[in-house]
Amino acid sequence: MTMVVERPTGRLLEVSELSVVFRRRGQRDVRAVDGVSFTVDSGEVVGLVGESGCGKSVTALAVTGLLPPRGVEVRGQARFGGADLLTLDPRTRRDLRGREIAMVFQDPISSLNPVVPIGVQVTEVLTRHRGMTLRAAKLEAADLLDRVGIPDPKRRLREYPHQLSGGMRQRAMIAMAVACQPRLLIADEPTTALDVTIQAQILELLKDLVRDSNTALIMITHDLGVVAGMCDTINVLYAGRVVESAERRALFAAPHHPYTVGLLGSIPRLDGVRGEPLYTIPGSVRDVLPWHEGCAFTPRCSRRVEQCVAGPPDLTQTPDRSYRCVNPELAPAVGTGVKAAS
Amino acid sequence: MATQSPQRPLPPGPVGQWRGERIDRLAELAATPPDERGESLTRETLRRLRRSPMAIVGAVVVLMFVVIALVGPYVLPYPPTATVGLDQIRPGQIPGPSAEHWLGLDHLGRDEFSRMLFGARQTLLVGVVATLFGFSVGALIGGVAGAANSLGSRAGQWLDSVLMRFIDLLLAMPPLLLAFSVAAVLGRSLTAVMIAVGVAATPIFARLLRGSMIAQAHRDYVLAASALGVRRNRVVLGHIFPNSLAPVIVQATLTLATAIIEAAGLSFLGLGNPNTSIPEWGTMLAQAQDQLAVRPALAVYPAVAIIITALGFTLLGESMREALDPKLRR
Repeated sequence: MTMVVERPTGRLLEVSELSVVFRRRGQRDVRAVDGVSFTVDSGEVVGLVGESGCGKSVTALAVTGLLPPRGVEVRGQARFGGADLLTLDPRTRRDLRGREIAMVFQDPISSLNPVVPIGVQVTEVLTRHRGMTLRAAKLEAADLLDRVGIPDPKRRLREYPHQLSGGMRQRAMIAMAVACQPRLLIADEPTTALDVTIQAQILELLKDLVRDSNTALIMITHDLGVVAGMCDTINVLYAGRVVESAERRALFAAPHHPYTVGLLGSIPRLDGVRGEPLYTIPGSVRDVLPWHEGCAFTPRCSRRVEQCVAGPPDLTQTPDRSYRCVNPELAPAVGTGVKAAS
Repeated sequence: MATQSPQRPLPPGPVGQWRGERIDRLAELAATPPDERGESLTRETLRRLRRSPMAIVGAVVVLMFVVIALVGPYVLPYPPTATVGLDQIRPGQIPGPSAEHWLGLDHLGRDEFSRMLFGARQTLLVGVVATLFGFSVGALIGGVAGAANSLGSRAGQWLDSVLMRFIDLLLAMPPLLLAFSVAAVLGRSLTAVMIAVGVAATPIFARLLRGSMIAQAHRDYVLAASALGVRRNRVVLGHIFPNSLAPVIVQATLTLATAIIEAAGLSFLGLGNPNTSIPEWGTMLAQAQDQLAVRPALAVYPAVAIIITALGFTLLGESMREALDPKLRR
């Protein structure tokens, strides 16, 4: 890892006690996000990590105001540059999206409009937010595609999404997201739908882009390998709540929450014994306890004690991290975890 | 995020219980995301159409019909309204096919072959104009309802409900009956026939486009566009709408078939063009009734022409619908 470049600091986004409840007539309410708090500083790369269904994506959609308007209850705060994103009127929020906050989604083939050429989709953002004329926007679009590493951008602009390769589509999506030099970029599993080799390229591209422009990046992923290579701060989510939050080095060196320990232990290791079954966390995400009754992870936890179900575990703050566990793994776990990048 | 469009399980069998279901099914077909190869929907559909014998037969019939309708009137052996063989007509005797008159004469001594050719143009004209009418009005209502629904506001929801209940009302009536009622109100004219048949086709287009738009509104690219701050109007018009058109275009082909039959039906029942000397297949069929005992072939020609043409459009439309169906792919 190279030296961390000096960046202008300052709080960019502060999400506190965010909760999202999906209400459906005739069905039980679903608490997708249940009191998530985290912060993002300017230029910082923050990871939101967790299994499918832990509320990562819903958190991102709630912050950007992209959840459907009906049947959803959003509570809490998301302060961005002095305003609360959650209570902002839709029009202002729409103006922010794409200009100040941009998003990159998981699957580029379904995130691009199949019947509209790439060029139109890129210029759309430029004319919308930067008030460019169509002519200027076209030039800028070619420049953008060039910057994200798409060869022959002029020709590509005229092509349709299905004519591009998977990696190139994701590059185009990223080009659209960074078109207005947003202050915050949210990447929701940006590499999940791509080949492993392309994944590395896309991550490298994202890293370069945010470093050069001092854009803050929220990486949403279930892949701890991605997190290890990119993020400054990592928030581990479980059942809609942040269970552990730490600086990358500290988290990988000594995970405290048993869930984090389990996640790190689940990574296949090159120096592990061959043929040995891979470690998995027992149970599934569906075996949860409602947070108000106790720690949601209890049913799957190997370190559970009686206190776990006595009520919601409090947040424990230490100098290098915060975690939500009554019986944490305080000694560095042996045999599990990835060595911190050194 | 891997938000898939909410795919309702499709009802078993080729035809749903209710016409509305069948329409909704078509709307969902085109909303299925493209497969991994990333081939465009249009291209894959065309590729599969070329391999289907049904589609080829349908296309050939439709093509022949269109050529006849366009070129026919210029190569007529006789003017369609001229009573060229009046002297050959005797009571109870109408001459059949001969070298001069390939399909014989009708009861007024007019050349049947010329009338058939000319009638093709009338039929095509009514069919196309009526379908276009139904398409435009239906797409307008369905488009507004679909857009209002996709915007998600309470007012939009309300507007969508009001428009769709009106469409359901039209849909509940048998199309031919609807066309008859409209034609009866408008009076006898060619325009009235076109409008009447068009009105009967309107609800299908409206419901189909709305369903298709709602299905598209849940696709990822719509979310992605919103995430970049693209305005709602632009999302609906520039992203959702163009992606919703495929099933509507397929329906237009199927509607052409029913429009031709319904137009002929209206003419047959005397609600068509008041100038009955201008040949139209439905009118010809009605006139042939009186001569059924003398020369039944006069009824057979227009009847067969109507059946073949409608069949051609149906074959083409149905195979297009099948080509769009992801369950039948590969």
